[in-house]
Amino acid sequence: MRIYAIAVFLFLYVPIGIIVLFSFNAGRHASELRGLSIQWYGKALSNPFVGDAFTTSLIIAFSVAILSSLMGTTAALALQRLKGPVRVLFDGLIYISVMIPGIVIGIATLVALVTVFDFLNPLLAAGWPEGGKPPKLHMGYLSVIAAHTLFTMSIVIILVRARIAGMDRALIEASMDLYATPWRTFYQVTLPQIYPAILAGFLLSFTFSFDDFIISFFVAGANTTLPIYIFSSIRRGITPEVNAIGSMVLAVSLCLLMTAQFFLRDRARR
Amino acid sequence: MGLVSQSSTTECEFDIEFRGVTKRFDDIVAVDDISLGVERGAFFSFLGPSGCGKTTSLRLIAGFDQPTEGKVFIGGESVVGVPSHKRPVNMVFQQYALFPHMNVNENIGYGLRQRRPKPAKQEVLKRVDETLEMVRLSGYGKRRVWELSGGQQQRIALARALINRPTCLLLDEPLAALDRKLRREMQIELQTLQRDVGITFILVTHDQEEALSMSDNICIMREGKIIQSGSPRKLYDEPVNKYVADFVGKTNFFNGEVVESTDVTVSVKSDSGQVLTGMLIKGATAPANKSKASVAVRPEMISISAADATNNSANIAIQGRVLNRIFLGEHSEYLITTEGFGDVLVLSPKSIESNNQGFAPGDNVSISWKPDAALVLGDT
Repeated sequence: MRIYAIAVFLFLYVPIGIIVLFSFNAGRHASELRGLSIQWYGKALSNPFVGDAFTTSLIIAFSVAILSSLMGTTAALALQRLKGPVRVLFDGLIYISVMIPGIVIGIATLVALVTVFDFLNPLLAAGWPEGGKPPKLHMGYLSVIAAHTLFTMSIVIILVRARIAGMDRALIEASMDLYATPWRTFYQVTLPQIYPAILAGFLLSFTFSFDDFIISFFVAGANTTLPIYIFSSIRRGITPEVNAIGSMVLAVSLCLLMTAQFFLRDRARR
Repeated sequence: MGLVSQSSTTECEFDIEFRGVTKRFDDIVAVDDISLGVERGAFFSFLGPSGCGKTTSLRLIAGFDQPTEGKVFIGGESVVGVPSHKRPVNMVFQQYALFPHMNVNENIGYGLRQRRPKPAKQEVLKRVDETLEMVRLSGYGKRRVWELSGGQQQRIALARALINRPTCLLLDEPLAALDRKLRREMQIELQTLQRDVGITFILVTHDQEEALSMSDNICIMREGKIIQSGSPRKLYDEPVNKYVADFVGKTNFFNGEVVESTDVTVSVKSDSGQVLTGMLIKGATAPANKSKASVAVRPEMISISAADATNNSANIAIQGRVLNRIFLGEHSEYLITTEGFGDVLVLSPKSIESNNQGFAPGDNVSISWKPDAALVLGDT
């Protein structure tokens, strides 16, 4: 059994290790290692296309993280008050939205948005005041953000709800009993109790959005996110530069994941 | 429910009053049409097994639940529809419910900080220090609450409630999480504290010893109804029925059928054919002939003598054999098996036994009690 376990781990991590190793390749071919250097990191960082894609990814990931942690938290708080079949229904829908493959979300969002845009654009053009140029709805930042948030919001809901469920209900009652209004109870007791989950949800949403290729590929329109840039550049062959970009994405993601894990860990508190 | 009848004459004396309060949760009736009044400055207890409606009653006072029917009054004013944060009462929760993200000072000062206009920080801190001193935890202000022991957390919870000088302090099984010795200490401490601050305390407990030792008045509940309320002494000496007698202290019951009754005594024929006579509680009506009734005798009212000893003819005497003896220091607890009356529990003080070594299992003995030590009780 131990050998199988080792084999599985090797299969998982050796390719990743190789990418990181080859990103330090001094030579110009991805297949042979000729000494170590960080020149490809320099090349990658000075490449304007990489810079643009990186900025795009950052803007999208930040927006997604903020939106999904806000909406996910409020949804989790509201869901906890629901009872009976409605709650079961919502619970089911949330888990389904986490389990739906990215490609399905991608296609579904694409089809839905295209349909809506096709319907709205002529109406906008017709209803727009004379002389002005009517806006044309199209795929872009907003469509990617919407599609990502659809998925990441469910993650936040699940995390925050787990935290709320683990929280002593008597704390809320104690606060109300001690003259705190519902709103003050929320930010003095509930929020401090659940913020680790919200923060973890924020970071996971950010990581997911930052790393996502499939959904973005469908709905990004003309925008190029970092994963899309990597995908398009490896069609021209795997260069050490791609390895360097990949390694940087990996480092950022790992840092965020570990931070999220840190917040989710129960630090001897209730 | 003598307490209620007073309500017409001394209405403003009540800090807390229930008038025909019913609370239903879906199909379950948690509190069933209860009326009661708690006098200002009293130590009042709701006593009963779990599910009897005592905690719900407390939550109705705190405002966490609203009555389905009837009204709850605090300080003479109806609080129907008033949310808990606007009620002048504070609660000590069963598991304390201290805020884990705040230190001791912040926990205790929480109630004061909610006041508007907001009191000055110095003022809050001063009051917190005073309250910490009151619960004998001076210098613990900067500690994290989870660093404290159960007894200390309990006192912080008390301080957090008392600092607000509420009309009434509500205690929901506050000592249940403590070990036996600490519980005893806290009982005394609570009583002293209550006398010092002069605030009405309302305690919810399933522990009869706790209720008996601390309260001025106890309300015994079952299935959402009040069975009897009164002083601990009254409940112990004059229980209205078997349920109360069984709940408050230990009692021997001799069950049977009523064969004869007068204004003050009732004779009950046990299943084995022997007849025992018991006193009727003041004001109670004698049960009808042939109805089921029990003669109740408290274990400490029974005395044991050797089987061959001659008995005072005035006392009721039953022959039996010692099954078991538990030595409990100041007294011994005997379990005696009798012909026709089952097993009887007897508490025998050490002072009486000092002249001999008491009785050993297997000894034949005679148990007896004074005629007025036996009470006749109906089943309900």
